Amino acid sequence: MSTADISLPVKFDWSSEAAAARRKRRHFADHRLRWIGITAIMIAIGLLGILLTTLVATGYRAFVQTMVTVPVYVNPEYVDETDPSKGNYRAIVKDTLGNLFPEVTNPRDQRELGQLLTNNTQFMIRDRVVADPSIIGKTVEMTLPVSDPFDQLEKGVLSRESPEDQRKINNAQIGWFDQLAAEGRVSMPLNWGLLFNSDSRFPELAGLAGAIVGSFYALMVCFLISFPCGIAAAVYLEEFAPKNKWTDMIEVNINNLAAVPSIVFGLLGLAVFLNFFGLPRSAPLVGGMVLSLMTLPTIIIVTRASLKAVPPSIREGGLGMGASRHQVILHHVLPLALPGILTGTIIGLAQALGEAAPLLLIGMNAFITSPPGGLLDASTALPTQIFIWADSPERGFVDRTSAAILVLLGFLIIMNGIAIFLRQRLERTW
Amino acid sequence: MAGYAFLLIIILSIAGYYVGRSAGNRFVASDGRDVHSLPGYHGAFVAVWVGVPAFVLVLLWLFLQGPIIDNLLLSSLPAGYLETDSGSRVALVLSEIKNVAAGRLFGEPSEEVRYAAELYGRWEAIARWAMIVAVLALTILALIVARSRLAPRFRARNNFERVISGLMIFCSLIAIVTTVGIIASLLFEAWEFFKRVPLHEFLFGLSWEPQIALRADQVAGKGAFGAIPVFTGTLLIAFIAMIVATPIGIYTAIYLVEYANDRVRSTVKPVMELLAGIPTVVYGFFAVLTVAPAIRETGSAMGIAVSPNSALAAGAVMGIMIIPFISSLSDDALKAVPRAMRDGSLALGATRAETVIKVMLPAALPGIMGGVLLAMSRAIGETMIVVMAAGLIATLTFNPVDSVTTVTVQIVTLLIGDTEFDSPKTLAAFALGLVLFVVTLCLNIVALRIVQKYREQYE
Repeated sequence: MSTADISLPVKFDWSSEAAAARRKRRHFADHRLRWIGITAIMIAIGLLGILLTTLVATGYRAFVQTMVTVPVYVNPEYVDETDPSKGNYRAIVKDTLGNLFPEVTNPRDQRELGQLLTNNTQFMIRDRVVADPSIIGKTVEMTLPVSDPFDQLEKGVLSRESPEDQRKINNAQIGWFDQLAAEGRVSMPLNWGLLFNSDSRFPELAGLAGAIVGSFYALMVCFLISFPCGIAAAVYLEEFAPKNKWTDMIEVNINNLAAVPSIVFGLLGLAVFLNFFGLPRSAPLVGGMVLSLMTLPTIIIVTRASLKAVPPSIREGGLGMGASRHQVILHHVLPLALPGILTGTIIGLAQALGEAAPLLLIGMNAFITSPPGGLLDASTALPTQIFIWADSPERGFVDRTSAAILVLLGFLIIMNGIAIFLRQRLERTW
Repeated sequence: MAGYAFLLIIILSIAGYYVGRSAGNRFVASDGRDVHSLPGYHGAFVAVWVGVPAFVLVLLWLFLQGPIIDNLLLSSLPAGYLETDSGSRVALVLSEIKNVAAGRLFGEPSEEVRYAAELYGRWEAIARWAMIVAVLALTILALIVARSRLAPRFRARNNFERVISGLMIFCSLIAIVTTVGIIASLLFEAWEFFKRVPLHEFLFGLSWEPQIALRADQVAGKGAFGAIPVFTGTLLIAFIAMIVATPIGIYTAIYLVEYANDRVRSTVKPVMELLAGIPTVVYGFFAVLTVAPAIRETGSAMGIAVSPNSALAAGAVMGIMIIPFISSLSDDALKAVPRAMRDGSLALGATRAETVIKVMLPAALPGIMGGVLLAMSRAIGETMIVVMAAGLIATLTFNPVDSVTTVTVQIVTLLIGDTEFDSPKTLAAFALGLVLFVVTLCLNIVALRIVQKYREQYE
């Protein structure tokens, strides 16, 4: 406001047209700001909506898998009953398809026919036979995943109308597939493999088991280190530490550490844990240790806030009854602060679960086809698995990536849900 | 084996607790009220003295066993076997020895390696059993010593509490140790890098081509380590992100503080928390899957050639990620403005817009600026979005539809799949990491200082 506005004439005509126009303008400005605010919020919500919609729209397809049920004759000529793991299962697969399509005789066509089923069909039959050698010489109905292009075809991603030279599969292959569908052999059940298979080069077989187990181990290590250390550090700084230069420095340090980019922790892990201490690459142990260094500041800050929220009367009462300071903290203050601490810890762990960058640097983005058996086995984690799949060229991996993200978000929602539940149920307001 | 060692320690600590407690109980029975500490504290005193030193021993053992055995192995090899004493050769020989020892044979190992592998297997076994024996000896010794100190007038509680205080101090030092570790490792590796590439060339060079030959027979670029294009790329993407996030974030905060009723606030807040809680790898995939193609199509409809991994796509998605950050910090800053200022302005007849823009925003500006700086540091250090959506080749450009690379992208690409610590290519990642750490640290310190100073003003 300029000085001219302030030194109003003594008699100001509020009902004059100029004043009314001025009022109108000011109210219009008020409305404008309100609408800009609403627009900003709508943009933010809309963007979140677009993000979730695209994920669900592409991801839901990976929760089902096109399967085909075929009669497999386990020919005793190809499989030795004494050592069923060393049979010619490739020939069994070929015969299986040959029996279904006797008119296909040309070797090139036969090879193209073989592309209908997933690449690992022979190993699946082998595993079945090894598990139950009595089926040698018999015909069993097996439900097998079809290979990725046919999966995409059945799900409608791959258009039949597209020109033949622009798709991975030709018209003859589509014809065979349609014939199988007409015979009622094609089904689309829930894709449990997504959760219980390990990673694979073939989208139809790739699953998250290794990543989930790896993430679980890493989070467990992260929790075991950061939870006790975080609480101990917070209790010391909040309840015992003298206020001096040193404790100030620790405080500033913790606040800054919470804002250091996560990739720097990855560099630390690489240089110290892997290079200096010689711990194995890609191990969930190292991943968990790096994540715990990142989570520690969060837990310390949250714990201090919860300790601050416990009223001093509790401490004074305890001390007045003759308890030592340690007894007061351990028996009274900590149990009262625990709900807040747990909530903060779970939120910190949820952040750690979604963190990918430091894990990339310590090699948790390797291609590993079995879940880790221990803390030192090479493994991936959920976010790094998403990164690997997002980089894979096959069309089927786009769906898988979205589905993996939905699984990750599911875990995060569960963790945050527990945190909210704890906060609402247990937290006391004084 | 380490698992067994930890299990052993836990069992012995529990045993120590019971030993101490039963001693305490006996003191109570014989001396009654003259006993200084409760029986439980006698137990706890024994337990911590049994457990803590043994635990430290196992940790030290686990960390030092690998390097020590490696060194012993190398010194056991005949002189001259490692003709070139480079780090990669040493690492290669060591891994060969370990593979042979584990029975994984690739080709025919040489006589020396075979012998070393045998030694390795023997030493590993010795080390494993030695650890268990050492732990057992230490715990039993500690148990006997601690038990012998117990007496009716012994201050077991004070002793126990002193140990606990020591542990707590140790835990609060972890944060310091982490910072020191970060700085030391970055400085150390960056120092190695600057021995090979001069500092001024790194900081002011205009060409970044780190893909150099690792072996003599490889065909690759000559290598250039001028990081200016990488820095400009980082700033460009962070700048785009801030352009997207700052207005949306601040207007959201203004609306929530000044206009929204409780119901709106209680629905918008969780949405913002959800945006903040989504892992960055998800945003990266979103950028690749949706935003980049959309921007590309829009561009081609308008006749602009947009690169498939344009800075615009990465920056825009990063902006979405940062919105909740800015909005929540601005929200805090606006709420911290004393109510009297706001009410005074409204009472004078100002509209809400005038109150916000002329009274509250100026008062909250330092806090908001602090928030924006924190968000900026976050944008610069963000990794996954740019790794997935931005380019790999460093071009010196400010055109948002071009592909640029960032510091974090370069760190990841230089370090993935290859940990030769003697090549400038790998070490360059640490030099970039050092720059990133210093820049974000400065931004954070300035931002936190601003926020704090401003808070004090009104308290």
